[in-house]
Amino acid sequence: MIIPEPATSLEYKTGNWRALRPILHEDKCIQCLLCWVHCPEPAIIRSEDNKVSINYDYCKGCGICANVCPVKAIEMVREE
Amino acid sequence: MSELKTIKTLKEIPRKEQFAPGHRLCAGCGIPQLVRLTLKAVPDPKVVVNATGCLEVASTIFPYTAWRIPWVHNAFENSAATASGIEAAFRALEKKKGVKKPKIIVFGGDGGTFDIGFQALSGALERGHDLIYICYDNEAYMNTGIQRSGATPKGASTTTSPAGKVIPGKRERKKDLIAIAIAHGIRYAATLNPAYPVDMYNKIVKAASIEGPTVLHYFSPCPTGWYFDPSRSIEVARLAVQTRLWPLYEYADGKYKINILVKKPKPLEDYLKLQRRFAHLLRPENKWLLDEIKRDIEENWKRLLKLAGIEK
Amino acid sequence: MPCKGYRNGERGMKVRGKRIGLNGDSAVAYAVKQTNVDVISAYPITPQTIIVERLAEYVNNGELEASFIPVESEHTALSAAVGASLAGARVFTATASQGLALMYEILWIAAGLRTTIVMALANRAFSPNINIHCSHDDLYATKDTGWIEFIAENVQEAYDLTLQAFRISEDKKVLFPSALNLDAFILTHSLEALYVLEDKDVNEFLPPKDPVNPIDPNNPITYGPLDLQDYYMEHKRLQAEHLKQSYPRILEIFKEYSEFTGREYKPVKTYGMEDAEVAIMILGSSAGTARYVARQLRKKGEKVGVISLTLYRPFPVEELRKVTKGLKALAVMDRAISFGSPGAQLFMDVSATLINEKEKPLLFNVIYGLGGRDLTPNNVKFVFEKAKEYAKEGEVKETQFWVGVRE
Repeated sequence: MIIPEPATSLEYKTGNWRALRPILHEDKCIQCLLCWVHCPEPAIIRSEDNKVSINYDYCKGCGICANVCPVKAIEMVREE
Repeated sequence: MSELKTIKTLKEIPRKEQFAPGHRLCAGCGIPQLVRLTLKAVPDPKVVVNATGCLEVASTIFPYTAWRIPWVHNAFENSAATASGIEAAFRALEKKKGVKKPKIIVFGGDGGTFDIGFQALSGALERGHDLIYICYDNEAYMNTGIQRSGATPKGASTTTSPAGKVIPGKRERKKDLIAIAIAHGIRYAATLNPAYPVDMYNKIVKAASIEGPTVLHYFSPCPTGWYFDPSRSIEVARLAVQTRLWPLYEYADGKYKINILVKKPKPLEDYLKLQRRFAHLLRPENKWLLDEIKRDIEENWKRLLKLAGIEK
Repeated sequence: MPCKGYRNGERGMKVRGKRIGLNGDSAVAYAVKQTNVDVISAYPITPQTIIVERLAEYVNNGELEASFIPVESEHTALSAAVGASLAGARVFTATASQGLALMYEILWIAAGLRTTIVMALANRAFSPNINIHCSHDDLYATKDTGWIEFIAENVQEAYDLTLQAFRISEDKKVLFPSALNLDAFILTHSLEALYVLEDKDVNEFLPPKDPVNPIDPNNPITYGPLDLQDYYMEHKRLQAEHLKQSYPRILEIFKEYSEFTGREYKPVKTYGMEDAEVAIMILGSSAGTARYVARQLRKKGEKVGVISLTLYRPFPVEELRKVTKGLKALAVMDRAISFGSPGAQLFMDVSATLINEKEKPLLFNVIYGLGGRDLTPNNVKFVFEKAKEYAKEGEVKETQFWVGVRE
């Protein structure tokens, strides 16, 4: 059997897996893109001018982004 | 051969994603970074063949698929065999009907590569099919619940090599995939590590540029099976390199090159203490095993230095 | 030996093709060459080796443009064939016995993923003890997997059915892989005369494969996902229905080939069944022996008949029910043993087919020919005797017995 359409996983929002949520402090961000490279989902959106933002629909709250950020621009807080 | 699109900075990595979120890999899993970077580094058209395992299961639960390119799953031990068939088919169809042959990428876990899939891989390498075989090594049969594989490192505790009262974890050493692959006469093989993404990306670019079989071996941190805080995935990966436990090197047309020459290795304990699968190794009664592992690392490092023509 | 009346092409029939001599393996290889197959993925095993060797020769001599993959095992042979078929190629493989057993898990996958692989299966016994001669173990082992199964009774059929197999498997109303069964050594290695079609005739009957949903980066498909409890059963139901629905199409293509070549192909072959009171049902090359004995008995006025199958899966249920109406006793002969079961495989197929019929013959099972043991005319005579005895008494004394074995 087959799944005839690509990327149907987008309909499955894994954001509800989170116990912690990442908050990006944009003023601190130096656009190194490490969080974007290492995010497993990916739940980090990289814009054309290399700004990053978090896609909370899919973020599982693993915390890798906060851990790899060289300037601690991402903070993990408890999910509501 | 045209200019290789290797990079120096992360910004040069293409933005386009061909692996979508919504897959069910664990939070903090090391596999998706491999998949994302591979699909960015290998030019279109391409097709992925995937062995049964974590990646296959978590990314294609009907009716959800995370893949934006053609993706084939056949069975557990035959990803290299299936890829051989696809490659042979496109070679024939290209000649007979002018169909363009896509680049074939094979993803297999250490289970589907080192053990049950070994025969198929060996056959594919011997026959010289044009494909990139990438093993994501999370060092055990993780998808079925953390059982040991031929890639499980010496001393690690798994459910079938538990750190027990009499036998402290896996007694056997890790099979050397790259050495065995090279022995088949292939032109390119390399180790990859997620903590070194530029190095990783460039090696995939190089492998993709070669006509014929290439083998890449990826260090894939597994928070679930190694028992560590998922946020520290990349830390764990970096320590594996910095303790010389996971040397980053490549082999190209007979020449070995060590990409990260670790001059002052970090103590192995720094790496081990982060993962509960190694907790028993830090107990005094197991010091003999810890020393054995350290000796193995040193011997392996010396072996690689020699192959790379580097005097210590 | 098939009796004269059944040899295709005689009695003034206009038959397409030129008459040559080939053994079964060579005939299959020759047919495969004529299909202009794209990929051959096979591992040698006696007695299929000649097929693989001939094909390698054709390719290396430039007579056949195909990718020949010298795989390192049968499991890889079928796995690679699955990949090649999904890529849109016309694919062929061949195996026997242990090789079939080794690729077993992939048989289900090949059928479930709707590949159009054609596989020649040289029917050889399963070990232990290792035996390279004819049994139907591998033929039966394939029966549940979703593959279409054809059975060749002679070299002509091996050739013709190979061509039809490609056409049927690749047909858009079918899209299932098919196995072409031929008896080990008795057919694979025996030289017989047959009619082979001209290349242009094969091209007319069998156009190039027009694949459905092939691997195409412009149309990215996920092949072989995981099913949880919420989808698996529906997918299997769909597959079962599709296989059922392919049955009439198989018959149509049989008919088309029959008209094209003058050689008749149909799922059930009958001899003397117009007025038979007792009959034998038997598969493969031994059907000829059964008919030979039946002919002699019928000359003496005995009302006996023989049923054999060209199509084994999907099982020709309706035809069999029709053909066995009015029979008093039917001996179902199996060239295999199903340990611990109430009957061997064909016996169980037939029993399930007839179980709810208002009128059905007494059924019993005869095991014969294991590991290449000859089925002699005397053996067959004995079976007819038993059938007549049971018919007369109105009851089956022994539901299963063996012939040709030293007790």
